[in-house]
Amino acid sequence: MPTVDLAKSTLRELNHALHNIKDGSNETAWEVVNPKGSHSVAVGVDAPVKVDVHGSVGYYCGGMNSEATITVHGSVGPGVGENMMSGAIFVKGDASQYAGATGRGGLLVIEGNASSRCGISMKGINIVVHGNIGHMSAFMAQSGNLVVLGDAGDALGDSIYEARLFVRGKVKSLGADCIEKEMRPEHIELLAGLLEKAGVTGVKPEEFTRYGSARTLYNFNIDNADAY
Amino acid sequence: MCGIVGLFLKDKSMEPQLGALLSEMLVSMTDRGPDSAGIAIYGAGDGKHSKITIQSASPERDFAGLDKDLGAKLGADVSLVAKSTHAVIEVPTAKLDAAREALAELRPDVRIMGSGDVIEIYKEVGLPADVVERFALAKMTGTHGIGHTRMATESAVTTLGAHPFSTGPDECLVHNGSLSNHNNLRRELKRDGMKFETENDTEVAAAYLSNKMAHGMNLGQALEAGLSDLDGFFTFVVGTKDGFGVVRDPIACKPAVLAETDRYVAFGSEYRALANLPGIEDAKIWEPEPSKVYFWEH
Repeated sequence: MPTVDLAKSTLRELNHALHNIKDGSNETAWEVVNPKGSHSVAVGVDAPVKVDVHGSVGYYCGGMNSEATITVHGSVGPGVGENMMSGAIFVKGDASQYAGATGRGGLLVIEGNASSRCGISMKGINIVVHGNIGHMSAFMAQSGNLVVLGDAGDALGDSIYEARLFVRGKVKSLGADCIEKEMRPEHIELLAGLLEKAGVTGVKPEEFTRYGSARTLYNFNIDNADAY
Repeated sequence: MCGIVGLFLKDKSMEPQLGALLSEMLVSMTDRGPDSAGIAIYGAGDGKHSKITIQSASPERDFAGLDKDLGAKLGADVSLVAKSTHAVIEVPTAKLDAAREALAELRPDVRIMGSGDVIEIYKEVGLPADVVERFALAKMTGTHGIGHTRMATESAVTTLGAHPFSTGPDECLVHNGSLSNHNNLRRELKRDGMKFETENDTEVAAAYLSNKMAHGMNLGQALEAGLSDLDGFFTFVVGTKDGFGVVRDPIACKPAVLAETDRYVAFGSEYRALANLPGIEDAKIWEPEPSKVYFWEH
């Protein structure tokens, strides 16, 4: 099991090693110690390996992740899992701004709170936040699912396309064109699956409210021409 | 981009380490702001004397004999400690305003960085590590301090464009972000008698807060008012004689991390700045909410 100590190795050495894992390699479980808030830890991994990061990291941890399962035993800075393609990222602490931004696939689980702009412009990623999320989350979210066990801040889902938002707590306010929607059986089933994958127990899908697009911004309304 | 650090000590036994801890935090934020750096540090006062931090582009010429000249003018004992381009002058507190006026007459090229009972402000262009070295910041002691590393966007890279900016006696401000209505606000503040040295947006924010406080608001009220009058991006950290505060604009895209233990409260633009503080593993660490004024006081 390779261990990389960021007090001794450079970030470039770590990421270079992770990028050079060959198909069929037996080095499938990596440990990273002493990250001390480093940026871009385990960015661009493209192999089905496990990476455990012991401590808190800075910007863009696990960005563009493909296939890897990355666990951060600490908190993460802005942009965790940005543009993630597949695989999974588990954050044991909190996440700063724009967690999972533009993510195309995979699962991002934040066991603490996420701050503003969580899931901004998400394009297929599944995000599960055990705590609360900040303002402007799921702004222009295109597809995928954002599940929040706690509360959501202001302007949730502003200008949203077809992503599904499930919030168990209170929503401070909804953004433009985002509305509450009914929970049909297929949503209960989907949510139950996501909660199980994210390791959430003792919470029922029925406790959540679904939000999504009213689809009134999809086409320009000529009656609004005077507003521009 | 810019970097901000701040450290407010609750545990008096840490006071001798303040300069060293804050210097390390400042240097860790070098890549957020490599063009200039500054620090405001709150040390010990004796209750009878006040400090004026001055800066000169020609320190040999301007600082030579200044203590004697100023002492003669004020009819009081004046001491001066020069550190590179800056010097700290101590005068009897009752003579502080007179001393500020006399300085403008005696040494017209000298700029006042700030004044008060305990505050000292040092700032210069150059890498944060070089600024720390130049002013021997790591050796300084005190109760609290704030620091800034600058990556200029709104005005030139000059000593006076560096942060912190003084907002009043023992008060200062550092800023990460950019204000978009600073020209208009500057015009309004000039009409109300405020003076400006630079084209810098943060100087306008500092003058705005000073102006509000001159009209009777306390710092908390002035910061609240700023949330509606200042247009743009900001994470502000302010220092006062007894405390320090943090406020972020409603959009809050400029990063901020706070940490609190029984021994201190610390601020960093990023967690990296806090990572080596003693006991950080057990600190309460969180991201300050937008539009919320946080304040700690001794």
